[in-house]
Amino acid sequence: MKGQRKIERLTIKQLFREYPYVGDFFTSIGLIVDDYWRILQDYFDNLTDDNLQDIGINRGDLLPQLNLFIDHMEQIRNGSDFEVESITILGGYNKLGEKEDVNITIKRGEIVSIVGPTGSGKSRLLADIEWMAQNDTPTRRQIFLNEKVPDKSKRFSVEYKLVAQLSQNMNFIMDLTVAEFVRMHAESRLVENVDKLVKEIIEQGNSLAGEGFTYDTPVTSLSGGQSRALMVADTAFLSNSPIILIDELENAGIDKKRALDLLVKKEKIVLVATHDPILALMGHRRLVIKDGGISRVVNTTAKEKKNLVLLRKWDAELLKIRESLRKGGIIEEVFWEYNK
Amino acid sequence: MMLITVSGPPASGKTAVILKVIETLQTKKINTGVVKLDCLSTHDDILYRKKGIEVKVGLAGNLCPDHYFVVNIEDCLQWGKRKNLDILISESAGLCNRCSPYIKGVFSVCVIDNLMGVNAPKKIGPMLKLADVVVITKGDIVSQAEREVFAFRVRQANPKGIIINVNGITGQGAHELCSLFLENGLGENVESLTGRKLRFSMPAALCSYCLGETKIGEDFQMGNVRKMTFE
Repeated sequence: MKGQRKIERLTIKQLFREYPYVGDFFTSIGLIVDDYWRILQDYFDNLTDDNLQDIGINRGDLLPQLNLFIDHMEQIRNGSDFEVESITILGGYNKLGEKEDVNITIKRGEIVSIVGPTGSGKSRLLADIEWMAQNDTPTRRQIFLNEKVPDKSKRFSVEYKLVAQLSQNMNFIMDLTVAEFVRMHAESRLVENVDKLVKEIIEQGNSLAGEGFTYDTPVTSLSGGQSRALMVADTAFLSNSPIILIDELENAGIDKKRALDLLVKKEKIVLVATHDPILALMGHRRLVIKDGGISRVVNTTAKEKKNLVLLRKWDAELLKIRESLRKGGIIEEVFWEYNK
Repeated sequence: MMLITVSGPPASGKTAVILKVIETLQTKKINTGVVKLDCLSTHDDILYRKKGIEVKVGLAGNLCPDHYFVVNIEDCLQWGKRKNLDILISESAGLCNRCSPYIKGVFSVCVIDNLMGVNAPKKIGPMLKLADVVVITKGDIVSQAEREVFAFRVRQANPKGIIINVNGITGQGAHELCSLFLENGLGENVESLTGRKLRFSMPAALCSYCLGETKIGEDFQMGNVRKMTFE
């Protein structure tokens, strides 16, 4: 790919037409482009030494850096040629040195919950997956992608990040509106049809959130539930990671079932670390973590699924009471209604 | 002995990351020491000592910490050799964002954090652009979208380096960073730095104010000075 491009012979105008994102290259290193008719090589040759000193780059590095930059951006624009269909976790050893008797393959569209006390080794499991461990982590687990040993070079690739993580305690630190925020994310994915995607994500986010938000709502003033709803929708549509880890989603304010359905519909492998029985039972299977190892893999039983229906009903009732309380209702009355 | 230069803006999590990496190195019986170069004062040496890590502190005081780094790094290296270290990590803070503390042929790491905001990668010079590895910290407190955009912007600023997320508190990613060190750098034995070159020249300075001038005005500005232009 590299070298065949011969971008140095293009005019800057041609360069921008061919690779619309190259403007970011110039601004990110602090170069100003004024003459668009200039040949790129000529532009680089004519930068003054002082100018290069100020921005902190060697003249000879400019072209190779730009080529690498285009390599990465093309990779993002064209998407990955490698699709993850399944991940397999081959057991290693727990903290007590006992063998994990595990060989589990999780396919796209599957939900697997992860349960276990705090500090039991959930983060290590996630790190093993993200790192595509090959008997080379403290647990000595091995991870396969599509039932094969994955290409090690993908380990550090920002373009092939395996796991996207949605956690309870995340914050927005950017001072942007919802629409600006989603747009910025979409632009960094170099997708076409940004407007359409932004609209879809905001609509989906709203359908998951208990309370609605608009395009113009600042992300920093979203409630916890709204933030999570927006992030679930955003991740479903914009993240290229095949695996989504949801780390605690129990607080009310988001429709959990809809959220998981959306991710499943988008063909994600969904891992849910949770203490919430409703979320845990929504999984097709659950991994029980103990002493740093997977101690058990439980297939959600038919009886559990029946119980889930009941649990969801109770949850909905609790939500109603919550809503009533917020609107100034007398909780006695709600129970009165319920008991009838 | 292998030398690793770690640098990054103040409070980005350099010490936390190094501590977590050394914990992993210690389990592999790799003897690692740290030279901590700071400006005014530091307490991080206590954190290192607590873990039984050999540490030496250098304070730049009113000098540019980058210049202080380059005039002292050879002595630091020799100190590390005397201490029979397998790996010496130099930790230095970048202050003006134009810092350039990396040496050709010496493994270099830049630590930056998600809280700096998505425009930060554009504002940092050679310290970010020329690093072999960029460690991004504090990912646990921002949203997935911000993490992705931040990593994307880092990639734009440094197309060549390896980008890795490390959590300085839980240590998630530290094991991975450690294997990266071992795979990429342990073979590189650095005996001496004399005659080696910096990857890029350091920020320039030498004006009357470097030498202690405190008065303001044209008459007192001498040496390497640059004036703003106004229309």
